[in-house]
Amino acid sequence: MVPELGHFALILALLLALVQGIFPLVGAARGMPGLVAIARPVAQGQFVFVAIAFGCLAYSFLNNDFSVAYVAENSNSALPWYYRFTAVWGGHEGSLLLWVMILNIWMVAVTVFSRRLPETIIARVLGVMGLISIGFLLFMLLTSDPFDRLSPVPPNGRDLNPLLQDPGMTSHPPMLYMGYVGFSVAFAFSIAALLSGRLDAAWARWTRPWTTVAWTFLTIGIMLGSGWAYYVLGWGGWWFWDSVENASFMPWLVGTALMHSLAVTEKRGAFKSWTVLLAIFAFSLSLLGTFLVRSGVLTSVHAFATDPKRGLFILIFLAIVIGSSLALFAWRAPKVGMGGSFKLVSREAMLLANNVLLVVAAATVLLGTLYPLVLDALNLGKISVGPPYFNSVFVPLMAPAIFLMGVGPLARWKEARLPDLKVRLKWAFGVSIVIALILPFVAGEWTPLIALGFLLAAWIVSTTVVNLYHRLRQFDGSLISRLARQPRSYYGMLFAHFGVAVFIIGVTMVKSFESEKDVKMAVGDVATIGGYAFRYDGVTEVQGPNYQALRGTLTVSRNGETVAVMHPEKRAYTARDDSPTTEAAIKGGITRDLYVAMGDPIDTSNIMGAWAIRIHIKPFVRWIWAGCIIMAIGGLLAIFDRRYRLPLRVSEGTRETAGIRATAPPAAAGDTAPTASLRTRNP
Amino acid sequence: MTSRWLIAAALFLSAASGIVSGKEAAPLADDPELEARTTQVASELRCLVCQNQTIADSQAGLAIDLKNQIREQLRQGATEAQIKQYMVQRYGDFVLYNPPVKTTTWLLWFGPFLLMVLGIAALIYTLLKRNRGARSVGGNETNTNSVSSRPES
Repeated sequence: MVPELGHFALILALLLALVQGIFPLVGAARGMPGLVAIARPVAQGQFVFVAIAFGCLAYSFLNNDFSVAYVAENSNSALPWYYRFTAVWGGHEGSLLLWVMILNIWMVAVTVFSRRLPETIIARVLGVMGLISIGFLLFMLLTSDPFDRLSPVPPNGRDLNPLLQDPGMTSHPPMLYMGYVGFSVAFAFSIAALLSGRLDAAWARWTRPWTTVAWTFLTIGIMLGSGWAYYVLGWGGWWFWDSVENASFMPWLVGTALMHSLAVTEKRGAFKSWTVLLAIFAFSLSLLGTFLVRSGVLTSVHAFATDPKRGLFILIFLAIVIGSSLALFAWRAPKVGMGGSFKLVSREAMLLANNVLLVVAAATVLLGTLYPLVLDALNLGKISVGPPYFNSVFVPLMAPAIFLMGVGPLARWKEARLPDLKVRLKWAFGVSIVIALILPFVAGEWTPLIALGFLLAAWIVSTTVVNLYHRLRQFDGSLISRLARQPRSYYGMLFAHFGVAVFIIGVTMVKSFESEKDVKMAVGDVATIGGYAFRYDGVTEVQGPNYQALRGTLTVSRNGETVAVMHPEKRAYTARDDSPTTEAAIKGGITRDLYVAMGDPIDTSNIMGAWAIRIHIKPFVRWIWAGCIIMAIGGLLAIFDRRYRLPLRVSEGTRETAGIRATAPPAAAGDTAPTASLRTRNP
Repeated sequence: MTSRWLIAAALFLSAASGIVSGKEAAPLADDPELEARTTQVASELRCLVCQNQTIADSQAGLAIDLKNQIREQLRQGATEAQIKQYMVQRYGDFVLYNPPVKTTTWLLWFGPFLLMVLGIAALIYTLLKRNRGARSVGGNETNTNSVSSRPES
């Protein structure tokens, strides 16, 4: 009964999506207020039905309804309830439902947070999102129905893939999809602007916070995926340039370019067509990522689905979305004005150059990801494109981008004077060079690549400091009041850039100084690596809810002091016949991670004897993820900038009015934040 | 002299707390330097039965076999290039994570740099054209968002 309800809810959602995808767009084009007005309620209605469908599937999982094929395929009655819930998106069909669910969350967010926008714009934005929703709901109902029944009903389910039975499963896919699908809002705004012909600074202003939110989610989503792979796959890798990882990285790169381009469009009215094109690209790459992962064209960690019918559907959908939006772009973009002028040396030009580099980087990832598929399809041979390729082409592309990252924020809009820039950057440049020359020795070894890593990180940090210094110099008052008077979006930029520096340090350190050892260990044996002594104390058998495990114990000491007791495991899941999984044991730290994974017993008939054990020391590996978190904090700060919450008339009003409003009761003060100067007076 | 005393003290302390006992674990390989070279070669080869893993990272049976073969060939004096060639003969280019540069992969290898050159060229062309265009219509075409002298984020 419940699965049928869910199925029915999906069909109703599709009908509402059809209404939403057609009538508001017609209404906006023909100037029919009645049709325009239905956009919001229809979108909210669609959300309700998709939520019902989602709830029905979750209900079937939680109640072990194995008559539903998808539940039987991805769950088991012995699975703990929280993994039964996350198993909702543990396979192909449920992932799509999550995709549509999140698309609907974004739609509702648009209906709620865009009250001040013209109704026709909202109608167009929601119309475009409705069209996207039609595609995905049709895809689900025609090729991948999560509510299909199974007959005869199996006594128990096949269980969730062991790799997915992990806390990472609760957060990584929803976060990643929030990012992916979030770019649909920027996309919809762009299409709406092209349709209306009103591509102005106001459009950029509306699109900007949505893009930043999506980017922030995507950053966190990718970070969680990287951290998850690090501990769940058992070999300590944090990024493998796997096609699935690339699928999320490409929209991130283009999304980063889009955020910067939007800044120029909003502030200076320039790059309009380029910005629109980036918004189309960012979402197209999100769709392409969904296609790559969901169609089964790849054989990799995440791609479990293999069904050509599905692949074909997504490919056609992809062609329609990208083709029609590019056609619309080609038709409308030439009419777009150029915007404010600027010189070759200016902040605009540097942001544009950085945009080009980011897009080339994304294109490179795309090339490397699709190349083996294309060669194979053309029968030109099978090749693998892996980390050595990406590392060797990516570093030369990103190094100039990071150099510009330091210069751009210091350059003036419109026209920057080179001598000025030189004076400002001289100091930062000197410091960076000195650090690049000396710090690698301190870390342990000087090689050109390590020096380059430190150079880039030091460059970002020092230019950030210079930037803050020059900015604060233009204000009066105490240091605190000057700091408090800077808008949050400015700090957002500083944080995001600083996060990149932290990230680069992490990558440089772990790439250059990680060490590992494969050892044979019998009880009492000690392996020494990087100053740490790992003593093997044997294995014990452990019974999990739906698995049996052999749990090893290693006592780690340094200079005679015990620093950790680690328990790596080998697990065999009862309901599945896959080979046993490896659960690495990790002792994290700011400057290093200790990482232990069990291999196999040397003599397979004697598990109490010696084992093959792999031990890694990963210096600064957590800085990689810390860098991503700092970038995401930057994104958050930018979103919560005061100007997005102020009604237009207040932001254009005088400071006095804002000040008076701020002294009003808390309810009124809530939506009109006090000015910075006032805040410092009454801390 | 002092250092020897310190070591003795450390040994005593650790023995007393029972931390360092037992023998040093034998590495899976007896020659660490050979092992490092083996890992180096193995980290650029694909484990063919795994889901996108290198032979160095994988613990699968085939990967361990191949790692043993690499070690054996290195011990017999084979160069890294020879071993890779041997692997390619047996398993095809698919086994190499670093794809070889040949006619079918020119686009893969030179594409990114070609794109970068084209991108920068297009950028400079656009900026120059734009500047000329802007000047001929007399400066700012739209100046709705005039810029204050203060830098903004």
